[in-house]
Amino acid sequence: MSQEALFELKQVEKSFVKGKETISIFNDLNMTIDRGDFLAIMGPSGSGKTTLLNMLGGVDQPSGGEIWFDGARMDNLSESKLTQWRAHNIGFIFQFYNLMPMLNAARNVELPLLLTRLSRSQRKRSVEAALALVGLSDRAKHMTSEMSGGQQQRVAIARAIVSDPKLILCDEPTGDLDRTTADEILEMLQLLNRDHGKTIVMVTHDPAAASYARQTVHLDKGKFVHKEVLA
Amino acid sequence: MTSLFAQIGTVAMMNIRSLPRRLWMSLAMVLASAVVVAILLAFLAMAKGFESTMNSAGSDRVAVMMREGSAAEINSVITREQVNLIEESPGIARDTEGAPLVSPELYVIVDGLKKSSATKANIPLRGINTTGMAMRGNMQLVEGRMFTAGTNELIVGTGVLREFDGFALGEEVRFGKNVWTVVGVFTTGGNVFESELWADVKVIQSHYDRGSSYQTIRAQLETPGDISGLEKTIELEPRLNLEVQTESAYFAAQGKQLEYMAIFGRVISAIMALGALAGALNTMYTSVADRAKEIATLRTLGFSNLSAFCGTMIEALVLSAAGGLLGSAAAFLFFDGLSASTLGGSFTQVVFSFEMSPDLFAQGAQLALLIGFTSGFFPAWRAARLPVIVAFRAAT
Ligand SMILES: Nc1ncnc2c1ncn2[C@@H]1O[C@H](COP(=O)(O)OP(=O)(O)OP(=O)(O)O)[C@@H](O)[C@H]1O
Ligand SMILES: [Mg+2]
Repeated sequence: MSQEALFELKQVEKSFVKGKETISIFNDLNMTIDRGDFLAIMGPSGSGKTTLLNMLGGVDQPSGGEIWFDGARMDNLSESKLTQWRAHNIGFIFQFYNLMPMLNAARNVELPLLLTRLSRSQRKRSVEAALALVGLSDRAKHMTSEMSGGQQQRVAIARAIVSDPKLILCDEPTGDLDRTTADEILEMLQLLNRDHGKTIVMVTHDPAAASYARQTVHLDKGKFVHKEVLA
Repeated sequence: MTSLFAQIGTVAMMNIRSLPRRLWMSLAMVLASAVVVAILLAFLAMAKGFESTMNSAGSDRVAVMMREGSAAEINSVITREQVNLIEESPGIARDTEGAPLVSPELYVIVDGLKKSSATKANIPLRGINTTGMAMRGNMQLVEGRMFTAGTNELIVGTGVLREFDGFALGEEVRFGKNVWTVVGVFTTGGNVFESELWADVKVIQSHYDRGSSYQTIRAQLETPGDISGLEKTIELEPRLNLEVQTESAYFAAQGKQLEYMAIFGRVISAIMALGALAGALNTMYTSVADRAKEIATLRTLGFSNLSAFCGTMIEALVLSAAGGLLGSAAAFLFFDGLSASTLGGSFTQVVFSFEMSPDLFAQGAQLALLIGFTSGFFPAWRAARLPVIVAFRAAT
């Protein structure tokens, strides 16, 4: 295993059982994701992008093979161990933001910190720092349901980075946004990758979005078809 | 551990704040629990009120004697000779001149017109003397005066006055061919004697052709609760085919009469609770479905499934507890102190008040929480088992 590898997938298989049929999405998928990478995953609908991202994020488990993270196997962890693993290591950014509409921006950002041992004042400071980073310091007390899509996604980014995870996973983070807002969000992800050393894996349909990444892999029928290195 | 409390607290707070999204369903659950609790409390308060009306009537210091086998006063007959024999018995208290404190009483039934239903109902007319009145320790005239011995005068209990027409002070009432005048109003501290009319025992004997016979004998006991002297006398004297018991024992047995109301109330509210439970389960399953994406998102972020379980459970308990409080408040407002009357032991009306008490409220609270717990448990289980990947589905 190379020094830089954060993720290593070895002969990963994934299939879903639908009624009497078994649909095989991946069989024998091998890949590594390096520390500090910003990886875009592209591919046609149904090619397994979300399925792959879910396995990397520990919300879904492979049917076979091994997934190593930071030198330890994670695919065979129990559900409660995986839950803790996610809390410690992963920041999630969703296509539809997945904010809690009954909480204000600051309380939304604070959620992952409730899983840590931080005191109230430490949490407050981290929330303020995260909101400042996404340029929403003045909106801390606003309800997220009253915000624009771009603002909501920025709150979601603040939530994803507030507990300082090693890895950020995004599934179509700009899929619901217009071009200019999408560019803002992507620049922000790029900044997190370049200046804050976050490893980012982003699923997208949009070649313009993928151009912000360091590399892009194309997925089709459960295989990587080719890989581009951009930066 | 602190993290777990923080998680549960946050999830519970979010669930409560999201209630307006499910306003009508949640209100329906609150109302259903409220109705069930109110109904349970109404029945229990009725039984409780009746029981304490009966219980407080009975004194330990007084023995009641009736003919053997007559469960209630109305069925009993006692001769003057038997009264004389009892007066000689040991164990009976005596006044300063050495006269035994014994009250032979008559108990006949007359008609009255109920205010609530304008229908006729039975009222007991008790023939009594001053010794007998003195045995009702808490008897007090609140209006008018005592009846004069040997006349057609009577005094009326406040319960009768409250529930029946035509017994106001100074009014003339006709029972059969006799006309009586109400000269006084008495209370006995809220107990069953207030549901009676009292008049001179000798006058009733003559109007109702009872010769020199009576129906019950009451005797003041030398030692409270000790009827052994009287029992001995009755055992040794074959002419005394009597049963003796303390007055408190006599009324306690009668007070159990409305126990079936408590049982009935429990059965009714249990059946209704099942209905409320079905509705509450539906509300809570809807809540879990409504919050599915939020639950899954929190689980993705690393919140435990226990927090999803507890959050749902707390929501159910909060809703049912709100219903319990509402139901208790309603029961208290509408039923506490409510006057009612029912058939007592001798087919006469006993007037009593519904009585709410802390232990009844505790039973109401238990029922509400039981509804909350049961209706929360299965949906909470579902919330805890919700697949995390729901978070990644398209917006709904
Ligand atoms: N939970 C599941 N049960 C059954 N089949 C599933 C499940 N999740 C995904 N699939 C199937 O696996 C395949 C890959 O799905 P996936 O969501 O990973 O595709 P995708 O590349 O993300 O597509 P899109 O671009 O539309 O988001 C699809 O055929 C899908 O129907
Ligand atoms: Mg997808």
